[in-house]
Amino acid sequence: MATKTFDVIILGGGPAGYVCAIRAAQLGLATAVVEREKLGGVCVNVGCIPSKALLHSAYVANLVQKDAKTLGVNAGEVSLDFGAAIQHSRKVSEQNSKGVEFLMKKHKVTVIGGTGTLQKGRKVKVGKDTYTASKAVVIATGTRVKGIPQIGLELDKTTVISTDEALFLEQAPKSVAIVGAGAVGCEFADIFNAFGSEVTLVEILPRILPLEDAESSAVLARTFKKRKIKMLTAATVKGAKVGKNEVTLDVEAGGKQQQVQAEKVLIGAGRALNTEDVGLDAAGVKLNEQGFIAVDENLKTSADGVYAIGDIAGPPMLAHKGSREGVFVAEHVAGKQPHPIRYDNIPSVTYCHPEVASIGLTEEQCKEQKLDYVAGKFPLTANGRARASMETDGFVKILRDKRYGEILGAHIVASHASEMIHELAVARENEYTVEEVDLAVHAHPTLSEAVAEAALDSLGRVIHT
Amino acid sequence: MEALSPTMEEGKLLSWHKREGDRVTDGDVLAEVETDKAVMELQARGAGVLRKIFAGEGSTVEVGSIVAVIAEPDEDIDALVAGAAKPQKAKQPAAKQEPAAAAPPPTTPAPTAPAAAPQPTGRVKASPLARRLASEQGLDLGTVQGSGPGGRIVKRDVEGAATSTPPAVAAPLPAGGYEDIELSQMRKTIARRLVESIGPIPHFFLTTEVDMDQAAEARQSLNALDAGPRISYNDIILKVVAAALRQHRECNAWWLGDGKIRLFNEVHISMAVAVEEGLITPVIRNAHLKSLREIAVESRELAERARERKLTPEEYTGGTFSVSNLGMFDIDQFTGVINPPETGLIAVGSITEQPVVEDGELFVQQRMRLTMSCDHRVIDGAMGARFLQTVKQMLENPLAIVY
Repeated sequence: MATKTFDVIILGGGPAGYVCAIRAAQLGLATAVVEREKLGGVCVNVGCIPSKALLHSAYVANLVQKDAKTLGVNAGEVSLDFGAAIQHSRKVSEQNSKGVEFLMKKHKVTVIGGTGTLQKGRKVKVGKDTYTASKAVVIATGTRVKGIPQIGLELDKTTVISTDEALFLEQAPKSVAIVGAGAVGCEFADIFNAFGSEVTLVEILPRILPLEDAESSAVLARTFKKRKIKMLTAATVKGAKVGKNEVTLDVEAGGKQQQVQAEKVLIGAGRALNTEDVGLDAAGVKLNEQGFIAVDENLKTSADGVYAIGDIAGPPMLAHKGSREGVFVAEHVAGKQPHPIRYDNIPSVTYCHPEVASIGLTEEQCKEQKLDYVAGKFPLTANGRARASMETDGFVKILRDKRYGEILGAHIVASHASEMIHELAVARENEYTVEEVDLAVHAHPTLSEAVAEAALDSLGRVIHT
Repeated sequence: MEALSPTMEEGKLLSWHKREGDRVTDGDVLAEVETDKAVMELQARGAGVLRKIFAGEGSTVEVGSIVAVIAEPDEDIDALVAGAAKPQKAKQPAAKQEPAAAAPPPTTPAPTAPAAAPQPTGRVKASPLARRLASEQGLDLGTVQGSGPGGRIVKRDVEGAATSTPPAVAAPLPAGGYEDIELSQMRKTIARRLVESIGPIPHFFLTTEVDMDQAAEARQSLNALDAGPRISYNDIILKVVAAALRQHRECNAWWLGDGKIRLFNEVHISMAVAVEEGLITPVIRNAHLKSLREIAVESRELAERARERKLTPEEYTGGTFSVSNLGMFDIDQFTGVINPPETGLIAVGSITEQPVVEDGELFVQQRMRLTMSCDHRVIDGAMGARFLQTVKQMLENPLAIVY
């Protein structure tokens, strides 16, 4: 039995926890991270990173099968090997996890393997050992996959699977039904479709990517339809018959009952919060009504010296939001005055093809809030770079406040929307108006020119349409 | 002359890059200036024609004084040229003429609405959105506290500043004490700009002439009672000013200088008394609660002890408003200097018989001139005028004192 004292002990080595640890170490705090699995958390091991590897495989699969010939590349007969794609993705995950390990060493962060349990007075028990945090304990335990047992979709890990299993399949299923058409559902629909699976997306809300701007949803739905991805929207799964090699879903959509048969069902919606076995009660950490750990504006919980960051501290459940909270808390604990996190300025990205990215308000939200706004839009069909690479599906839309030019929201559907959105994130964070966005000279030819053009369009002076 | 370094107090004009008659745009380099630290460029803060250069090459110019005028080719700049001849403070190196804001009587250079030139004085760190909001709302960013990184002014700061309400002054008076009110952004701007124009306390003056016939009659009959101290005109004026201040709390105030104005519920009148080595202002405390008789006794006693130099510090500090009377020296009218932190003073001239025409009839009346000095950071023209009107009405109908 050992006891050791650190300044800061962080429960969880995911993107919130490990970034918090590095920043705390940079600020001279003796820091420990408790992680029961691999460093990097869901993001690095069974989330963001491996799925992006698979999405790139999917992109290449589509490219060589569809546009390559037109582009002057005859790839001959194309065969797809989902297993190889998975292997590549695993290698990338492992590299990244190793990378986090290296960063922990580099910054002299102590990594404690095991499950950390909070005890009263900033103490953490890991196995038989007890560690004390002199300054702060940070909870960053994140979330895990879950099934929907209420409708008969308990995760059995063979026919009813989560992303945890989907990322390790040896081959693409012949058919897959994906419950939930948010970012996760749409990304896996893209991957499986590219590898030849018959994909059906089932979404309870009226459109796919229901949280994105309606125009973004519509453009993505159009390209998905072209790729023969089936989409059932405003569709409720009433029940499921789970067989050995097949699942049948009873779906009600548009007042009509129908059955969806698939080799596998992937649950692409909802995650369970890892609040159990953390010792929250013992430490006096309270949850809020939604089941997240209740935190104040400095991410402090109800227990003295205990903070919570990342998914466990509330939505949006995004790695980059968690990482920023990690930095914020480390700086706060070190007595600095960190720049407050603008939760209304966190970019959201779906990495399917084309990518969908957004920041700020959607046009519907502008209408609901009765804001006096102007929408500036630029279609990629008018963008030279997009035409050159045959990726003209998409647009840039900027919603600006009519009077002051404030960028209320921005929505991008494009092959590289994930990279393009940051120009607008920087603009919004620094309160640039559409005019400053346009004033910066944009290189030609780039997809980003469409951002400047959308800004101009909102001012009524678009050049290229 | 702009402060081109944080510690710069004056600058030496090395060379002009523009000549009189040259057209300039915002940001053009007008001249090279040697500061306490380095040779810097002096830039135009507005567009127009460089109409007049005041500071020749080689001259040393104080920060804040006018070095040149940029205006439209046909704009009348005579007033500016005349003004610049006198030592004058103005933050903008080249003041563009702007219409004065629609404000009550232009007794002093009225606070110009900051706007026409979006660039505020000096370098203000503000986001483009904050700048735009401020310029639309006519808010001077120089008066806004920034809450962004490194003190940068961001949207929420401008919104916060714009929604801060002006002080309510007409509310019924609670008993005793005082109330500190936060300076509104407008009040801060007025204060800053006026201080720039004339010294630490931006004075302006209001004069009115009062019919003293009724007051004279009242005084006569009171003194005929033969039951106590003789009541002087000054006592009546002190009493009336105290009563009027109770109705105009906005003029019974201190400029606290820390972003606040203190409005007093109690009236403590500083009474200027000439003494051998100068002047002292003993205070009649709670003058609004005292009878004319009490005021008469107290003012006499205070004046006497003042002349004997026997006043304790508590007796000549803490006043909320001053009255200075040079009527006995046959001064018809004069302007007094405000006694800070007070923000108002009434200067009393002599009472003389004057011909008056009313309804076409000529007759003789006892007339007296009152001149109120106001600290424009606190008291605006119309505000002071309303107070002075109350004083005049009370003096013309002394019964109002007991009303």
